[in-house]
Amino acid sequence: MPPIIKTESLTKTFGSNTAVNGVSFEVQKGEVFGLLGPNGAGKTTLLSMLCTILKPTSGTAVINGFDIIQEGAKVRQSIGIVFQDPSVDADMTSRENLQMHADLYGVPVSEQESRIQEVLTLVQLEDRADQFLNTYSGGMRRRLEIARGLLHYPRVLFLDEPTIGLDPQSREHIWSYIRQLREREDMTLILTTHYMEEADELCDRIAIIDHGSVVALDEPSALKQAVGCEVIHLETDEPEKLQDLLMKIPEIEKVRVTGGEVRASVAHADDELPRVMEIAFKAGIRMKSVHLTRPDMNDVFMHYTGREIREEGHESMGRMAMMKRRSSR
Amino acid sequence: MSELRGIYTLWLREVKKFVRERSRLVNAFVQPLLWLFIFGTGMKFSATVPGVNYQQFIFPGLVCQAMLFTAMFLGISVIWDREFGFLKEILVSPISRSSIFLGKMLGVSTDVMIQGIVIFPFAFLIGAQMNAVIFLLSLPVMLLITFGLVCIGLTFASLMKSFEGFGLIQTFINMPMFFLSGALFPLNNVPQWLQVVSLVNPLTYGVDALRTVMIGQSWNGIAPVSVDIAVLLVFDVVMFTVGTWAFSRTE
Repeated sequence: MPPIIKTESLTKTFGSNTAVNGVSFEVQKGEVFGLLGPNGAGKTTLLSMLCTILKPTSGTAVINGFDIIQEGAKVRQSIGIVFQDPSVDADMTSRENLQMHADLYGVPVSEQESRIQEVLTLVQLEDRADQFLNTYSGGMRRRLEIARGLLHYPRVLFLDEPTIGLDPQSREHIWSYIRQLREREDMTLILTTHYMEEADELCDRIAIIDHGSVVALDEPSALKQAVGCEVIHLETDEPEKLQDLLMKIPEIEKVRVTGGEVRASVAHADDELPRVMEIAFKAGIRMKSVHLTRPDMNDVFMHYTGREIREEGHESMGRMAMMKRRSSR
Repeated sequence: MSELRGIYTLWLREVKKFVRERSRLVNAFVQPLLWLFIFGTGMKFSATVPGVNYQQFIFPGLVCQAMLFTAMFLGISVIWDREFGFLKEILVSPISRSSIFLGKMLGVSTDVMIQGIVIFPFAFLIGAQMNAVIFLLSLPVMLLITFGLVCIGLTFASLMKSFEGFGLIQTFINMPMFFLSGALFPLNNVPQWLQVVSLVNPLTYGVDALRTVMIGQSWNGIAPVSVDIAVLLVFDVVMFTVGTWAFSRTE
């Protein structure tokens, strides 16, 4: 089966600044594909090219069999987009916004009403469908935008930083909708985020983007594995004795003692833990506590880019979005 | 077919927004009233127009003024759409750029026509000649004036990147077009240079045509009504082409 999205050395330069640099990847139908990277890494620029808003400087991409440069209208018909910045008409009601969208995308008139009801139900806004959006919270508007993006049954749904600037509760809502969408096999989701947790939680595969290039691309678990081992932490009164015993297990790569704690590095901590416990028990070593740690996406990002992803407050995010909007004029 | 549906929905949005804005409707009603009664009464005693009552003379001019200002103001709304992000939603839809422009243009034009028609009942108050025939004959002339003006507004909005430039348009487009259109004073007796400038102003022909329709035989216009209409048609076609071009360039 051909991939639903295929990019070929997609590049975009603004003057002397290369925002996206020769990006090539393939996304399979039904996947949830994450673009993870810090602000300014080129995620939105990449997305804008895929959505036919920006023309690539060189390279191209094919979405649902249509070329983004030659067949823009057909690409636009195949995709749904949830922008990073709000893009609803606040002087209109939810239903009116959805109605406009259905008309713009040529949703058959006979189906419009039932589809609008369907997407409103998905994002739990059916009770407020006839209220004006200027009475909505930011989270509700974002939910409406997701509903709107789904209205024309797109083959690919793009979500650009879907939870940016939202409170934890709203974020949890959005995540649950995305999980529901994942169940639909006919739809592919592309989401950009600078939240490690979000990428790890939602995506089947993740491309890590830094300075406009893809620096790593794999499943979250594989990315984490590539970065390093899992660690079993054992707190005991006789750490040296335990260390000697554990060194004899071939699966355990490294055993260190720090303070009263033994740290055993191992590929699959879950599998080795019972054996470790058994050895300790037989030797009569008393454990005080045991826990496991696994590398998270933050470690993965550090590993590939040499720095930590910048977590910024919402306020400065807003300002950055403004600046970006200004400079794009 | 889907293009038509898209044009329709964009048209509907403009009209809904216009009708819902109460303060704008109040303003639409009161402003021409002030012009007619205060300005009109004042000028009646200082300006004379051969053969016609002054208030009767400025009535078509004020209809044009209301339409001009509304067209410019609403045309600029493209900038608001861009500012609040809604423009992006329209631009990424499968509808073509020229259809988006057409939908927007027809919507704003409908608003402008409503604005112009709102003023008609005042004709009775000031004793200007008004009846069903005059009203019906006025509509197509007003429509021709409206299309071109709206396209000017939309063109500027497509080229301008922020709302700050609106003041400039007010000063350099709106006011000169209004003052040099013969809306407030007849152009027969003005100096040659002023007359020349007025004759390149498309609104002059709009005011003139509307006046011919409203006042009738006693109005001695600057050009036969057929010439007025021809000029307006050319104006509309040119501005529509320019506007579509300007809007299609927006990223």
